[in-house]
Amino acid sequence: MANEHSAADTQYFRAFTTGLWRENPTFRLLIGMCPVLAVTTAVKPALTMGLSVIFVLVCSNIVVSLIRNLVKPHLRIIMFTLAISTFVTIADLYLKAFQPQMSEALGPYVPLIIVNCLIIFRAEACASKSSLTISILDGISFGGGFTIALCILAAIRELLATGKIFDVSLMPSDYVPLLAMQMPVGAFVTLGLLVGLSNLLIKERTS
Amino acid sequence: MNQTYALIMAFLSVVIVNNFVFTKFLGICPYLGVSGRLDMALGMGLAVTFVTTLSGVLTWLVSTYVLVPFHLEITQYLCYITIIAGAVQLVEMYIRKFFPVLYKSFGIFLPLISTNCVILGLCLFINIFWATNNLLETAVLSSGAGMGFALAICIMAAIRENLVMSDVPESFKGAPITLITAGLLTLAFMGFAGMIK
Repeated sequence: MANEHSAADTQYFRAFTTGLWRENPTFRLLIGMCPVLAVTTAVKPALTMGLSVIFVLVCSNIVVSLIRNLVKPHLRIIMFTLAISTFVTIADLYLKAFQPQMSEALGPYVPLIIVNCLIIFRAEACASKSSLTISILDGISFGGGFTIALCILAAIRELLATGKIFDVSLMPSDYVPLLAMQMPVGAFVTLGLLVGLSNLLIKERTS
Repeated sequence: MNQTYALIMAFLSVVIVNNFVFTKFLGICPYLGVSGRLDMALGMGLAVTFVTTLSGVLTWLVSTYVLVPFHLEITQYLCYITIIAGAVQLVEMYIRKFFPVLYKSFGIFLPLISTNCVILGLCLFINIFWATNNLLETAVLSSGAGMGFALAICIMAAIRENLVMSDVPESFKGAPITLITAGLLTLAFMGFAGMIK
C-alpha cells in the first residue's frame, strides 16, 4: 500500500518537473518560439505572456483530459484547437479589460497563443491520454518552464539594452546601452547562445 | 494608376521590408524545423503562400460580411482558426491526390501548416491591426505575406545546406547555430527598414 502511494507520488512529481528543465519547451524542445522571440524585449510583457500561456495551457489540458474518451480520433485536433481558442479569447478579453496598456504592447501575440505549438503538443502528448491531476500538473510544469525561459531571455535583453530591469538601474552609470539587443537580431542571437549553453550543460552532466 | 502603384508598394513592403519572419517572428517553428533542404523549403513556402492567400481572403470576407454586421466579433478567433484548418485540409487533400511524392516527403509538416503562426498572424493583421478595406488589397497583402515566408525559408535552407560543411562547436550544432544565423540574416534585412513605410 505504501509502495503504491509513493509510486503515484513519483508519477505526479515527474509530471510536475518534466517541463521545468528536462524537457523545457524553449531550451530543450524548441517549440512555441514566436512569442519567445517577440515579447522578450522587457521582463514585464514576457511575464504577462508567460502567465497567459500557463492559464491557457492548464485550462485546455483540463478540458482535453475530460473529453479525451468522447472525441473521435480524426476530429481531435480541431476539437483541441477550438477549446484552446476559447480560452485564448478569455485571456485576451481579460487583458484588454484590466491591462489595456499591456494588451496593446503584446498586440497580435496574445491571440497567437492559439497556434503556439506548445499547447497543442501537450494536449496531444499528455492530456489526451492522462488523468485530470496529471494533466493539470503537466500544464503548470510546461507553462512554468516556458515562463522561466521567457523571463531569463527578457532579463538579459532588457539589462543589456537599457541597463535596467523593472525600472531598477543595475548597470554602472557610464554603461552604453546595446540598442541591438532590443531589435530582432538581439532576440535570435541571445536565444541561440542560451540554447547552445543549455546543450553544453546537459552534455557535461551526462558525461 | 495611383492605386496600382500603392498595391505594388504594399506588396513589396510585406515581402521585404516588413517580412513576417524577420521583423514579426512569425513562423519560426517551420523556419527552424523544415528548412534543411532547398527543394523542400520551396514546396513548403509555396504551400504556405497558397494557404495564406486563401485564408486571408476568406477570413476578410467572413469578418466583413458576417462577423461585423451581426456583432459577432467576440468569436473572431474561433472563426479564423476554423477557416484556416479547412483551407489546410483542402491543400492537404489536393497535394495527396496530385503530388503523392511531395506529400510523402512533407510528412507531419503538412497538417502542421494550420498551426503555422504566419497564417493566423496574417489573418489577425488583415482584420484587426491593419484593417484593410478592400478585397484586392487583402489578396495582395495575403499572398505577399506568404511569399515573404517562402523567401525567408528558402534563404535559410540554402544557408543550412552549406552550414553542414562548416566546423561548428559540438553543443552549438543544429538549432543554436541556426538561430544565430537567423539573427545575422535579420540584421541584413534591417537594411531595408524604412524604405517603404
